[in-house]
Amino acid sequence: MLRLPKFRYLQPKSVAEAVRMVSDGGPDALFVAGGTDLYPNMKRRQQVPKVVIGLAQLKQLRTTKGKPAQGMVLGAGLTLTEVAEDRRIQHAYPVVSKAAELISTPLLRNMGSIGGNLLLDTRCNYYDQNYEWRKGINFCMKKDGQICWVAPSSPRCWAVQSSDSAPVMVAIGAQVKLISSSGERLLPVAELYNDDGIHHLNKRPDELLTEIHLPPTNGWRATYWKLRRRGSFDFPVLGVATCLRLTGDGTVEHAKIVLGGIGSCPIEATLSEKAIIGKRLTEETVHDAAEAAYSPVKPLDNTDFATYWRKHMARYYVACTLRELGGLPQGLPHPETENSVPALRVFSSGPFS
Amino acid sequence: MGGANGAERKDLRVIGKPHRKVDAASKVTGQTKYADDLVLPRMLYTKILRSTVPHGRILKLDTSKAESHPGVKLVLLGKDLPIPYGALPVSEDEHPLAIGKVRMMGDPVAAVAAVDEDVATEALDLIDVEYELLPAISSIQAALDTPEPRIHEYGEYGNIHRRQAYEFGDVEVGFAEADFIREDVTFYEGSTHLALEQHASVAQFGHDGKLTLWTCTQDPHYLHRSLAKVLGLPQNHVRVIATTNGGGFGGKCDPFAHEIIVSKLAMMTGRPVKICLTREEVFYCHRGRHPVLMSTKTGFKKDGTITAMHHRTFLDGGAYGGHGVASTFYTGVLQPTTYKIKRYKFEAVRVFTNKAPCGPKRGHGTPQPRFAQEIQMDKIAEQLGLDPAEMRKKHLIPPNSLTVNWLRVGTMGLGKCIDKVVEGSNWKERFRKLPYGKGIGLACSGYMTGAGTPIYWNSMPHSGVQLKLDRSGGATVFCGSAEIGQGSDSILAYIVAEVLGIDPFDIRVVTADTDLTPVDLGSYSSRVTLMTGNAAIQAAERAKGMLIQAVSAKLEVPADRLVFADRRVFDSENPEKGVTFVEAVWLAEAKFGTLGTVGSYKPAPAPGKFKGSGVGPSPAYSYTAAVAEVEVNPETGIVVVPRVWIAHDIGQCINPVLVMGQIEGSVYMGLGEALMEEMTYRGNRNVVHKFPSFLEYKSPTTMEMCDVITYLIEDQDSNGPFGAKEAGQGPQLPVAPAIANAIYDAVGVRIDEVPITPDKVLKAIRAKAKGQEGRYGPTVFPRCDMPASIFVPTPEEGGDGKAVERQPVLA
Amino acid sequence: MKPTKKRDNRKPAKVQICLRVNGEPVEVAFAPHKTLLEVLREDLALTGTKHGCELGECGCCAVLVDGRPVLSCLALGVALEGHEVTTVEGMAEGAKLHPLQEAFAELGAAQCGYCTPGFLLTAKVLLEETPQPSREQIKKALAGNICRCTGYIKIFEAVELAAARMAGKPAEPSKESIYGWR
Repeated sequence: MLRLPKFRYLQPKSVAEAVRMVSDGGPDALFVAGGTDLYPNMKRRQQVPKVVIGLAQLKQLRTTKGKPAQGMVLGAGLTLTEVAEDRRIQHAYPVVSKAAELISTPLLRNMGSIGGNLLLDTRCNYYDQNYEWRKGINFCMKKDGQICWVAPSSPRCWAVQSSDSAPVMVAIGAQVKLISSSGERLLPVAELYNDDGIHHLNKRPDELLTEIHLPPTNGWRATYWKLRRRGSFDFPVLGVATCLRLTGDGTVEHAKIVLGGIGSCPIEATLSEKAIIGKRLTEETVHDAAEAAYSPVKPLDNTDFATYWRKHMARYYVACTLRELGGLPQGLPHPETENSVPALRVFSSGPFS
Repeated sequence: MGGANGAERKDLRVIGKPHRKVDAASKVTGQTKYADDLVLPRMLYTKILRSTVPHGRILKLDTSKAESHPGVKLVLLGKDLPIPYGALPVSEDEHPLAIGKVRMMGDPVAAVAAVDEDVATEALDLIDVEYELLPAISSIQAALDTPEPRIHEYGEYGNIHRRQAYEFGDVEVGFAEADFIREDVTFYEGSTHLALEQHASVAQFGHDGKLTLWTCTQDPHYLHRSLAKVLGLPQNHVRVIATTNGGGFGGKCDPFAHEIIVSKLAMMTGRPVKICLTREEVFYCHRGRHPVLMSTKTGFKKDGTITAMHHRTFLDGGAYGGHGVASTFYTGVLQPTTYKIKRYKFEAVRVFTNKAPCGPKRGHGTPQPRFAQEIQMDKIAEQLGLDPAEMRKKHLIPPNSLTVNWLRVGTMGLGKCIDKVVEGSNWKERFRKLPYGKGIGLACSGYMTGAGTPIYWNSMPHSGVQLKLDRSGGATVFCGSAEIGQGSDSILAYIVAEVLGIDPFDIRVVTADTDLTPVDLGSYSSRVTLMTGNAAIQAAERAKGMLIQAVSAKLEVPADRLVFADRRVFDSENPEKGVTFVEAVWLAEAKFGTLGTVGSYKPAPAPGKFKGSGVGPSPAYSYTAAVAEVEVNPETGIVVVPRVWIAHDIGQCINPVLVMGQIEGSVYMGLGEALMEEMTYRGNRNVVHKFPSFLEYKSPTTMEMCDVITYLIEDQDSNGPFGAKEAGQGPQLPVAPAIANAIYDAVGVRIDEVPITPDKVLKAIRAKAKGQEGRYGPTVFPRCDMPASIFVPTPEEGGDGKAVERQPVLA
Repeated sequence: MKPTKKRDNRKPAKVQICLRVNGEPVEVAFAPHKTLLEVLREDLALTGTKHGCELGECGCCAVLVDGRPVLSCLALGVALEGHEVTTVEGMAEGAKLHPLQEAFAELGAAQCGYCTPGFLLTAKVLLEETPQPSREQIKKALAGNICRCTGYIKIFEAVELAAARMAGKPAEPSKESIYGWR
């Protein structure tokens, strides 16, 4: 049995108590909500906090407030299942509920929180390994070692941002509220991430993510396409979140295309955005935008799948999101939606009567 | 068997019915005890320190700090267990803990017994090891190119573990007769069993000097022998109890280091000792599918007649022998069981590499060559402009015949299987007629129902059953077979119940306990239903004979008129006249004393008489045909398999719902190997396993599983119990090649290796679009000096099954 | 071993919590870094809950916490104070098996049986929330549980069979699922 290392577990009764506890605990203290990211890391000895501050009891973190027209506020402690199944979110922010539903497995979504997913540790096949495995390569710079095995001559760590909600929140322009004993701040999600596998969050360890502020629903539409090996369990090896606002005649007046799973932070495909802003979505403009997504994507050999293939897929997935939002026919069905399930299923409805 | 197996019976009451399994209730309520569920008073826990280098000499091993760590009871080292062991007597090349040298990442180096797992884990960090690194080998080519340093000091030479060369008839004559010859190079990547249960064992050593080991093994008998040998205990002081296996698939066949370690620790500490491996450690135990590189050169006529086949294989064996010598044979010996091959040459090479050792996984050594053969058949049919289903049917091995390599085929239902899947899938209207991106493909296979020879040479039975009848009207069946989820315990109950006319749930089954149960060789090679079933029939028939004598005397009814059914023994001409089964038992016990019978089974000798002819023969061969339907996205290369039609020649279902489960499970495992499963390493990074985890080793979820349309072909085989053949392994074999063939039908590219990942498909599609060959797969086949073939004239040529000095027909 | 004269002056390192397990109040003490999985198996002897990876990657260890299926290997024992936990041992009502348990037994949906507890509990919640699920809904709900034996087909069929029976229909498995297609 793979077990947790020893640690002290604290259960604050309020947000104020939680932030006090973390500042008292210093660098050895970490918050935990669902535990689905931290506990595996602790079992593999990637993270070894001496103090763990559990947030599951804090009801304040599990509320949904506000109206879509002014923007809704999601408690960071809402489980991914709650986000995926909330009717208001499904109606006003389908891209958010869809992204939440695509994360991992139903069992894990019953535990993992939306805030935790935004703060997900970066992932890498050289890092997400047991202590003994990592010892076998003399460790890596993200934990206990000196070198980045993905790019040994690199001075930085290339672990991958693997959250499904992150590119979505960046694309739609959401903000997060961070609270610490020294105050609180509201930060655009786009600014929450750094392009570095180790220091991937622009958030101090003593800050608690309490709320996610979704923007007003004032005419933009967004979608998220996820590429992964299996229809469950797997982290994205590419996620494309696209948010557009079209004028009455279909001209793109605002575009955000954000790629996840291919770098240490969500990457904005600005050239792809430029290719469509001020234009209408046609097969031609979609093609231009897709082509422009090819060069910023530089996947490395530290996740599932061959890197060159992931790079090629950026084109295809960007095009798919744009076709969906532009109402253009898809070449072939979305691999992550119901209609991708092969049509020939006459026996699937159940052989019992 | 001479009719003793009940195949002639038509009035079956239990056999062929979908009874529940005898362990179903305990499995659905969480009551079944698996090895890690066992707890004994004062039990210690073990963790194993494993090598962090792929190949190296141990320069220093200091355990003093660990030994003095509070709660640590003992630290065990290689020198404490100097006797080597291994699954096969020809390659006993393992030690429970490294002695002087490690051969792979994860090789066991030291073991700590402590009061709990936390303490044992802490102690591992306190052990100081230094290694002198040796060059590591991570591929077949590297093993061939790097004779020194050797991973083992035995084997052929350099890092070649084993070479085998056979020629049945002169293949050059066969190639000269051919209208066409084609040679295809294919690769089948390694994969692992990934049973949900992680290996676990509990050992207890009594003050009477007797050892008991509870462990999740598929082969308690072979483990029993290895344990006694390595521990230096008399075999009759060692008791192995195989706990219900939480999945095996071949992964729990070998004797494992941890099983010996906890046993030794129990002997040394005087306390019960437990271990449960982590998932990562299970990946290091492995013994899974060998990566195999194959070259298949086939000569054929315009009608598809195969005049000759020269099949060559290279196996990446990993760091130890294990079952590897047998695996090496299996990459070739079963090729001739499906279609007539007039002359056949087979050469195989197994190399050592610094990776987890490979071994038997579902289909042991045969899914790889079946893949090579079946995708080549598809290419041959296309080359000849023939329908691949029709062409295959035309050249089937006839029933009751000998193959070119001296295997005796009994019943042979492949033709019927092909008919079923062709009809069910609407093949004729769809093959080569579906729109671009959609396709269907066909493949076939044959597999054995139990290995004809045991792992160590002996002439005793392969399977034994003892049967005790008691005054309650119940019966207890004792048998050494190990329940791994396939239903082997239930099979015993069904068969005894059928013979004695009682209910399967009147029967208690005691299995897999080397003290209590007669030997069964183990749950491998799809042997259990046939062999334990035949032994059970014999034991039950003998008991029945005693009851008949007693009842016949009492009722004054001739023995041949007595019928056993519905818990009664009665006169077939006057069913009212009879006794209850309980009364029959009382009468017999009064007449004969305490009632107990035995039964045993041993396969008939194989027709082949040449060296190596022991691998491949089987009492019966099962056959399978499958059609897979695929949807390929030509822009991404992503392949979806919506459905597989599969027909399996089962002989006779002992329990159809369990046969269905075996077939569906086989399709699942075939689907995984075809599309995503791979056991791969980073050769340039100390040969670490790329991803020894449940998350990154990709096993299909509910979302990937295809619909399965199953057809059961029942054609009773006289060697099987009630005519039954195997179901657990054969049905996996056609799945991967059927998918590969379907992909060609869908998008016109050949993917000549598994797993068929989208990047490979896309590369082939793009190559084809550029006017290049629309293919992805290996292009180079390594060279290796081979010994002269063992030359055996074929049955058709009038051979007698013995090897002869070669007399080449062609100068 | 000689009897020691030294007194043992250690303080207890275990935490003690109250929770409900399978409908009964339970008081249990354990080391504070233990997961719910470890507490159930090692401190409450409820070994019906299995484990295949301890990292949330296989679904074997699924149990219900307050009626929701979760991974017990990633839940901390101490955090369960006051909660209601249901394990496979609590699925049957007295001597009567849950319809899912019956259906799994009937169709051989438990082969090796190791993943079975996780599937049963996850499916139980599915049928509570969606009494007549489609095959696609079943697949989605069970997508966090891996089974290596069955190819899931018999599991899907067992869930459908149980669903039909729980709706009061006297359902039987189809001929095709037992004897194959003709």
